[in-house]
Amino acid sequence: MRVAAEIPAGAFVNLGIGMPTLVADYVPPGKGIMIHSENGLLGTGPFAEPGHEIPELVNAGGQAVTLVPGAVFMDSAQSFSIVRGGYIDVAVLGGLQVSERGDLANWRQANRRAGSIGGAADIAAGAKRLFVAMEHTTRDGQPKILRECTYPLTGARAVDMIFTDLAVIRVEDDGLVLLETAPDWSPEEIQQLTEARLRVSPDIHEMSL
Amino acid sequence: MKRGLLFPDAASAVADIPDGSRIMFGGFAGVGVPLALIAALNEHGAKRLTVIANGTGERQGRPSTIEARLVTRAIVSFPVSPWSPGDAFQKGYEEGTIDLEIVPQGTLAERIRAGGAGIPAFYTPTGVGTSFADGKEVREIEGKLHVLEQALKADYTLVRAFRADTMGNLVYRNTGRNFNPLMAAAARVTIAEVDEIVEAGELDPELIVTPGIYVNRVVVVAGSSG
Repeated sequence: MRVAAEIPAGAFVNLGIGMPTLVADYVPPGKGIMIHSENGLLGTGPFAEPGHEIPELVNAGGQAVTLVPGAVFMDSAQSFSIVRGGYIDVAVLGGLQVSERGDLANWRQANRRAGSIGGAADIAAGAKRLFVAMEHTTRDGQPKILRECTYPLTGARAVDMIFTDLAVIRVEDDGLVLLETAPDWSPEEIQQLTEARLRVSPDIHEMSL
Repeated sequence: MKRGLLFPDAASAVADIPDGSRIMFGGFAGVGVPLALIAALNEHGAKRLTVIANGTGERQGRPSTIEARLVTRAIVSFPVSPWSPGDAFQKGYEEGTIDLEIVPQGTLAERIRAGGAGIPAFYTPTGVGTSFADGKEVREIEGKLHVLEQALKADYTLVRAFRADTMGNLVYRNTGRNFNPLMAAAARVTIAEVDEIVEAGELDPELIVTPGIYVNRVVVVAGSSG
C-alpha cells in the first residue's frame, strides 16, 4: 500500500512475483500506470475472475490476468530490451537481504545449490528506480537489512528504497536513511531489528496508509 | 506448402532426434509450452540431452518439460519452481547429476536471440558485481561495467505457436509467445506445434511474428494450448 503511493502518475512499472504484485491493487486507476510483466506483456490489468480466465494470458507468476486498453504482447527479448534499455520507471522486487550499500539478494539462500533468478537481475540492473518490498525480519526475527549480504547477489548497489512492515528507508551513497516508521514503532526499536546502521531523517514521521 | 513442412503427428516430428542433442523449448509459467512435442520426445526417449528453456518445472501435474531422466545439462533462468518443489530436476540439480547453468532471464533471452541472429557474443549490464559475472570478461563501456555473454544455439527447437500457414509462418497467442520466436531462429531444426494451419496468404504479413524461413516442421495439435 505504501509502495503504491510512491509510484508517480503515468509510470511504467514492473512488479516481481509474490508480495510485489499486491502493489497493483493499491494503485488508483486514474494514475495511468502501465504494468509490465516480464513474460511478455505491457499493460497488465486486474486478475481474471475465476471461471473467466482468458487462454494463455498470465502474469509473470502464472496468474490469470486481464488487459488494460493499449496493452501489447511481445516476446521475451523485447520484454527485457524494455527493462535493460531503461524504460521501466519503477520496479518492485521482493528481498531476502538488502545491504547498507543497496546490494540485493533475493534468488538463492546460501545453503542451496539451485535457486531461481528469473528476471530479477536484469530488472535490478535496468530499472530507473528499484524498490524492495519485504518483511523487516525473517520468520525467526533475524534482520534482513544487513551491512553486507551473505546470500548470492541479484544486483549490486541496485536498490533505491526499501519498504518493510516497519519502515520506509532510502538508500543513499553514504548509507541508509530511515524516512518513515510504522505506527507505534520508534526508530530505536527498528534499529534493533536492523543490522545496518540507519541514519534517522530530520523529517522522520509515521507512515500514512 | 513449403516442402516437408507438415508432419502427421508429434511422434513423427521428433522421431529422428538423437541422444546428446541440444534442445530448446518455449514456455513461461506453463503457458506457450509445446506440450505434445514434449510428450512425444519423452516417449521417444532420446537421452543425455542439453535443454535450454526458461524453466524446467511442472505445472499442475502436466509434463511441461522434457523429463529429468533424459537430461544431463540444463541452461535455465528458473530451475527451482514454487509450483513443483522437490521435483526430479531439483533433485538432479542438488545432487549434481544434472549440470545446471542458471542464467538471468533477460540474458537468456538475448543469448538465444543472438544465437539466431549471427551475433556470437554481446555485453550486458546484468549481473555485474554478482556471481553471474564469474569467469566472464567485464568491460567498462560508456563509464559503466558490462559482462560479456555468449550466444546460445540448439540442434532442435520445440515451439508452441497458435497458428501456422503453409509456408511455416507463425503467430502466437497472448503470453504464450515468450521465448518461442527467439528459439525458432536459433536451432538447426525448428519444430512448431500449432492449433491450426491455414493456406499461405491468409495470415496478414504485417502481423506474422515468426517468419517461416526459420520453421522446418509443423504439427497440428488442436486444443493443446494453454
